[in-house]
Amino acid sequence: MGQEQILFYFFGASVLISALCVVLMRNLVRSIFLFFVTLFCLAALYLFALADFIALSQVVIYAGGVLVLMLFAFMLSSRELLNSIKPAVSGFKVNHLAGILTSILFLFILFRVIIKTNFNQLMWIQKSIPITSNENTAHQIGIHIMTAYLLPFEILSIFLLMVLIGAAHLARKGGKE
Amino acid sequence: MIPVAHFMFISASLFCIGLYAVLTRRNTIQILIGIEFMINAAVLNFVAFGKYDKISGGGQMFALFAIVLAAAGVAVALAIILNVYRYFKSIDPTKTDTLKN
Repeated sequence: MGQEQILFYFFGASVLISALCVVLMRNLVRSIFLFFVTLFCLAALYLFALADFIALSQVVIYAGGVLVLMLFAFMLSSRELLNSIKPAVSGFKVNHLAGILTSILFLFILFRVIIKTNFNQLMWIQKSIPITSNENTAHQIGIHIMTAYLLPFEILSIFLLMVLIGAAHLARKGGKE
Repeated sequence: MIPVAHFMFISASLFCIGLYAVLTRRNTIQILIGIEFMINAAVLNFVAFGKYDKISGGGQMFALFAIVLAAAGVAVALAIILNVYRYFKSIDPTKTDTLKN
């Protein structure tokens, strides 16, 4: 087992363990901070798929944007919101059992499908030219954005403007009732 | 060289953790985090297959678009959660059960 494999499985394990901790943690602020760990390790996994630009934007957008937004929405908006999130009454509810069963069965189905599929036999993977590790993917992504994916890119920019206006409108204090 | 199947195992597990969070948590913020886990699992799959798609780069491009859309979704969802808290004084989804009051 080479260095690459060891690092990959280390990051994969830390993604799953920290994600489980995030989900099971009772303290909300602590679980949001653990979410950082999950996102950084996921960015490391993207690097193993030779997607360096995606890994970078994951760090910038998620760790820099989404998480800071979540923390700000909590800590700046209202103290009651933070106080209202008391640890829920412990106890095993029926809805927990159903949730656990559903997710474990779904996991079983997904694993079975993945094990049964032989990815190296797929036609398009055999025919494809894989990305090699000495390439500049940011350069290629820039070319793709300005040629083949220009329309989705423009639609995305309009959509982001809509989100900006909509979120600012929704989050304003008071207003006319 | 790591096989695609191992990426898919990790993303399938991450998806199921997100599904569990969405189904059982009683706190809207944690449900939102569960949705983010599911989106990230999908992005991991996109990226893992995108390694074999050098010419058109579809996997990496759509991973990028998915990350941006998820971030936009979080911004709107947090604004809605703050409003819901202002009306109901609670962000437990089982207690917020009316659309119009």
